[in-house]
Amino acid sequence: MTTTRRTKAQRGRPSQSAAAKHRRDLLAGMLLIRRFEERCVELYSASTIRGFVHLCIGEEAVATGVTTALEPADAVVSTYREHGHALARGVPVEAVMAEMYGKATGCSGGRGGSMHLFDAGRRFYGGNAIVAGGIPLAAGLALAEKMRGTGGLVCCFFGDGAFAEGEFHESANLAALWSLPLLLACENNLYAMGTPLAVEHAQTDLAMRAASYGMPAWAVDGMDVTAVEAAARRAVDGIRAGHGPHFLELRTYRFRAHSMYDPDRYRDKTEIERWRTRDPISVLAERMKADGELNDTVQDELDQRARREVDRAQQAAEAAPAESAATLLRHVHTDSEEAPA
Amino acid sequence: MKTTYREALREALREALTADERVFLMGEDVGRYGGAFGVSLGLVEEFGPERVRDTPLSESAFTGIGIGSALAGLRPVVEIMTVNFSLLALDQILNNAATLRHMSGGQFSVPLVIRMTTGAGRQLAAQHSHSLEGWYAHIPGIRVLAPATLADARRMLGGALADPDPVVIFEHGSLYNLSGELDEDGAAPGIGAAAVRRPGHDVTLVTYGGSLPKTLAAADVLAADGISAEVVDLRSLRPLDDATVMASVARTHRAVIVDEGWRTGSLAAEVSARITEQAFYDLDASVRRVCSAEVPIPYARALEEAALPQPASIAAAAGEVVGRHG
Ligand SMILES: Cc1ncc(C[n+]2csc(CCOP(=O)(O)OP(=O)(O)O)c2C)c(N)n1
Repeated sequence: MTTTRRTKAQRGRPSQSAAAKHRRDLLAGMLLIRRFEERCVELYSASTIRGFVHLCIGEEAVATGVTTALEPADAVVSTYREHGHALARGVPVEAVMAEMYGKATGCSGGRGGSMHLFDAGRRFYGGNAIVAGGIPLAAGLALAEKMRGTGGLVCCFFGDGAFAEGEFHESANLAALWSLPLLLACENNLYAMGTPLAVEHAQTDLAMRAASYGMPAWAVDGMDVTAVEAAARRAVDGIRAGHGPHFLELRTYRFRAHSMYDPDRYRDKTEIERWRTRDPISVLAERMKADGELNDTVQDELDQRARREVDRAQQAAEAAPAESAATLLRHVHTDSEEAPA
Repeated sequence: MKTTYREALREALREALTADERVFLMGEDVGRYGGAFGVSLGLVEEFGPERVRDTPLSESAFTGIGIGSALAGLRPVVEIMTVNFSLLALDQILNNAATLRHMSGGQFSVPLVIRMTTGAGRQLAAQHSHSLEGWYAHIPGIRVLAPATLADARRMLGGALADPDPVVIFEHGSLYNLSGELDEDGAAPGIGAAAVRRPGHDVTLVTYGGSLPKTLAAADVLAADGISAEVVDLRSLRPLDDATVMASVARTHRAVIVDEGWRTGSLAAEVSARITEQAFYDLDASVRRVCSAEVPIPYARALEEAALPQPASIAAAAGEVVGRHG
């Protein structure tokens, strides 16, 4: 059965069903993030881009799976490890790359850099480098959705380290108390910088602890994008049905160090290799091949497309004007003509 | 109309809640209890618990929720019981409210108002008595106001809510019972303007917030001694109205700054530096400062009084400046 499908796929005519196309989009989304971040490594090594750069290589299924379950009208709040969230949310790769270069065309006008990507049009609210700092903010956005009756929801990404901060617990309590439309998407990659989960948490079952606030909470395999998407859809449906905040513990792993500065001395290399066998891109690609939805040629095409997108973004960023120092004092306060409605 | 500072603040909140349904008040005990200082008494009955919203003890979370809801189009007024407790929310105020606009390249504004009590004088000891307005005035991206009169208590909130950016309003705890006549339909004062509260020609006394009544009392003492003191109320601590201060110093040639913050690194230090930078050649004497003693504010009445600027210490400093060089 599987063999016939594979043979058919190898002849270059993978399945074209809607479900197959959807999985291909997921794959393409993850590939774009992966290739973008690999380019960041090169650019950082060449000193072209600077600052703290935190990569999500290995965690692409989380960003891609969760954001796929959201509507454009929903809001997303992220952390300093947000390239994947931003790209998955549709922030143009040119704008993200230009921000890495500190160019005027960057998605934060060169003020933010890697850790502070913003896009008002896509309701992407950053880019927060204070661990857990975005969680109360997300709860506030959710309160606004609720008070205005917009039917929208807010998705907040944060890590297992952030789960230890008071801001998470204060916000979880309030969000549950007020039944806010908030998706708490906890990326449990087993480390807060160099501190392992068991060294930072007395009780390492995070979903169980979140459930104690009276919200639906469950753990998901964060290396399986379709499982992530399914879980996120279930949570989103619950939130839209008015059941208040939901918590997802997305069990994932970052293949690279915490940041470009980090020599990564605290992890056993065999642990990293073991997780690499569960690379979310290969996990999905293999399954699609087994189901006759993908072959090597098509995978290669998708990959080339992602690389070309990143190439174009890099060229555009290099050609873009730098943000002039004459604008230094802009954006501290709102100009009267750009006051919010 | 006869009113108090507390009632004037409440009237301002009532007006804001009535005028714009995006406005809501949020904080610990603002609803059922009526506000720790009675400012919002009765408002929950009038506007309901959605818009006069009691929160748990979670300064960081409810301040951050104010920021998020402001980003999404609401006009929250967050009440933090005292500036002492605002330190639990300082991360949200400084790292989010004040910086989101800049970090996002101008894409997001945070139209948030944060009200909090400040100051000493009620024997509440260190953890309820500090004056940290100067710390907040240090931060680009927020505006900082200090209403010291009934009219400012009544009207500054409207100006703050009209501002598209975060505004922090400091209400000095000793002012809530201040009472007097308030003109019914005075104009909203602009943010960023200081006011001359008493004209004079011998010395300029620059102050704000809870120190204004003490400074005016000192001016009375000085007047009895034949010294005419001009009293400038900064009103807005960020931005500072340099023009009003310098114009006054140009008339009087002497300046004393009265600030309940500690002297070291204080707002008084900033004002003093600005006078030296901008009006040095107008000065007939070095600028003096009357600040709180460099101790955590003590409980015992005599100690607390000794720690704070008082009419007598203000008058003495002004007298020296005038006497020594007059
Ligand atoms: C409040 C705060 N404390 C410490 C740091 C330094 N820091 C940056 S990232 C990090 C670890 C966070 O881990 P986690 O929340 O699990 O996210 P991950 O990096 O694994 O995605 C730390 C300690 C910070 N940025 N903010």
